[in-house]
Amino acid sequence: MGARQFGFEPLSGAAGSVRHEADVLVIGGGPAGTWAAVSAAAQGARVVLADKGFCGTSGATAPSGTGLWHVPPDGQAREKAKASRYAMGGELAEHAWMDRVLAQTWDNVERLKAWGYPFPVDDEGQLRCTSLQGPEYMRLMRKQAKSAGARILDHSPALELLVDEQGTVCGATGVNRQTGDTWVARAGAVVIATGGCAFLSRALGCNVLTGDGLLMAAEVGAALSGMEFSNSYGLGPAFSSVTKSLFYNWATFYTADGQPIEGAGSSKGRGVIAQTLQTQPVFACIDRADPQIRAWMRVAQPNFFVSFDRQGIDPFTQHFPVTLRLEGTVRGTGGLHLVDQDCSTSVAGLYAAGDAATRELICGGFTGGGSHNAAWALSSGFWAGAGAAAFGRGARAASTRVALRAGGVALSSRGAAPSDSQAMVRAVQDEVFPIERNWFREGDTLHESLGRLDALWVRLRSSAPAANATEAVRAREAAAMLATSRWMYRSALQRTETRGMHRRREHGALDPTQRHRLLSGGLDEVWVHRHAVTEGAIA
Amino acid sequence: MIEIVDPVRCTACNICVSACPTNVFETTPDGPPRIARQGDCQTCFMCELYCPEDALYVAPIADRSADPAERDAAAKALMGSYRSAIGWGRGRESTASLDASFELLIRAH
Repeated sequence: MGARQFGFEPLSGAAGSVRHEADVLVIGGGPAGTWAAVSAAAQGARVVLADKGFCGTSGATAPSGTGLWHVPPDGQAREKAKASRYAMGGELAEHAWMDRVLAQTWDNVERLKAWGYPFPVDDEGQLRCTSLQGPEYMRLMRKQAKSAGARILDHSPALELLVDEQGTVCGATGVNRQTGDTWVARAGAVVIATGGCAFLSRALGCNVLTGDGLLMAAEVGAALSGMEFSNSYGLGPAFSSVTKSLFYNWATFYTADGQPIEGAGSSKGRGVIAQTLQTQPVFACIDRADPQIRAWMRVAQPNFFVSFDRQGIDPFTQHFPVTLRLEGTVRGTGGLHLVDQDCSTSVAGLYAAGDAATRELICGGFTGGGSHNAAWALSSGFWAGAGAAAFGRGARAASTRVALRAGGVALSSRGAAPSDSQAMVRAVQDEVFPIERNWFREGDTLHESLGRLDALWVRLRSSAPAANATEAVRAREAAAMLATSRWMYRSALQRTETRGMHRRREHGALDPTQRHRLLSGGLDEVWVHRHAVTEGAIA
Repeated sequence: MIEIVDPVRCTACNICVSACPTNVFETTPDGPPRIARQGDCQTCFMCELYCPEDALYVAPIADRSADPAERDAAAKALMGSYRSAIGWGRGRESTASLDASFELLIRAH
């Protein structure tokens, strides 16, 4: 790719009041980003990690608790684990990637033990490593990234990538949203670990996840994959942010007058809840948990009970209203397309990890939520960090090369019309939140939504650049959500079947001829095309 | 959303200003930080965990501010309750070591 032909502007000598030089720049400080930082530093790379919020509290994992796909290295256990989501994912997962993730997760858990993560011990004295408590885990990961030598920039959202004249990624610029300073980080390679996109739905920990890294990557020409697998909705109390669904396995779901709703359930019956919510409120009560289960719940996920305790609700005996909050690609599986085992993307110098990357490789089109995403974050982060370190150290001699600014929309547009980021965000939410548009998809409604979303994009393109640091961050978030929604719905339109979490009303069955991935990308013109799944099916 | 910075308990250490992932707080020259952007609060409760004085209260309501009635009594009884449940703070031990999720995961699937 010739970068000049895109009309990218050179980075001016004066731009950036704070400058950083590194072999590897990691954008995002959740699990994937911190593992990438640790891994890159272990290869001897100089690492800068920039987080939009605070590395340690940012992202979906930190305020939460998460299962972990930690399976002992015995043949049968692993085969069973791999098979568990394979069919539900529409047979889009890949055997070799699942093997790699299970092996790397096993190794990285050994590292967590050595670093002192307090895994629980069972009655037989065995450490149990199938879950991680978010606050403790991410506090530890921040500490490990720092002690590995990574320089952490908190409250420092990246706004755009930098590329050289060959189009190789060589850094990023951003702002510190507390000081208003701009920063420039020149790096040999960049890891995108910015998480998925949950469209500011206020699902637990998800409001920093607005698809920023997807937009930045697409601007330099990177491809995405599986963006149709982006309609995951988290179940939780209607008033609350806490979209943790494990405990609803012990719930009964009711109508307002206390009648059980037939077929409603947390996992397989969630479609019934979605359907019912379109016409009436749905209530839950965790009334199938015996005293032992209740006691385990209290110590398993303290955050689950914070909401109830503070609202004076006993979730084991009282009916409380529930809702579905869109978690988009966070618990979906779509994200940046990876072209190699080192988590490199289709653009030289650019790597992706965690929820910013596609998780189809290990769970196809079925949710990556919980254990798989956690395992993927610590594995893909580890590989992306090492891959970026190898690439970045090779590029060190070229650190004085020309850098071009790749960020277009909302940053370097030449229009004069002021843009209203808040209105833009609401307009995107109106297209992606409604269950009747996104949980259940249909050709006609997808077309209608895309018509409005494309028009929004044209308007955004002709608007004036953001006036200051705060505005720039919000404008780029709005732009990233808008771009993400267009990749989502264009991919959803192309997949004329029901597979994994992607459901088409008029194509209710799986079509065996569509067992392929859908790659997508582009900004003004969104493109979608087919890509074969690498074979190596489960025996 | 975040509702209370208790001016009596707060020592103006400003840890919450740093720790909040959505940049809700702002320092002030002579006192406790102020809640500058409540609408950006994502109700993740992380500020409470990082507050060494239990001076913060996050109401569990995600989409609107709490009414004084639903806020004040609960805050009085429950400020610091989440930090205590997690086992963070002097003289406490992280409750991650008691995480019984494995018992539930086995039984849920």
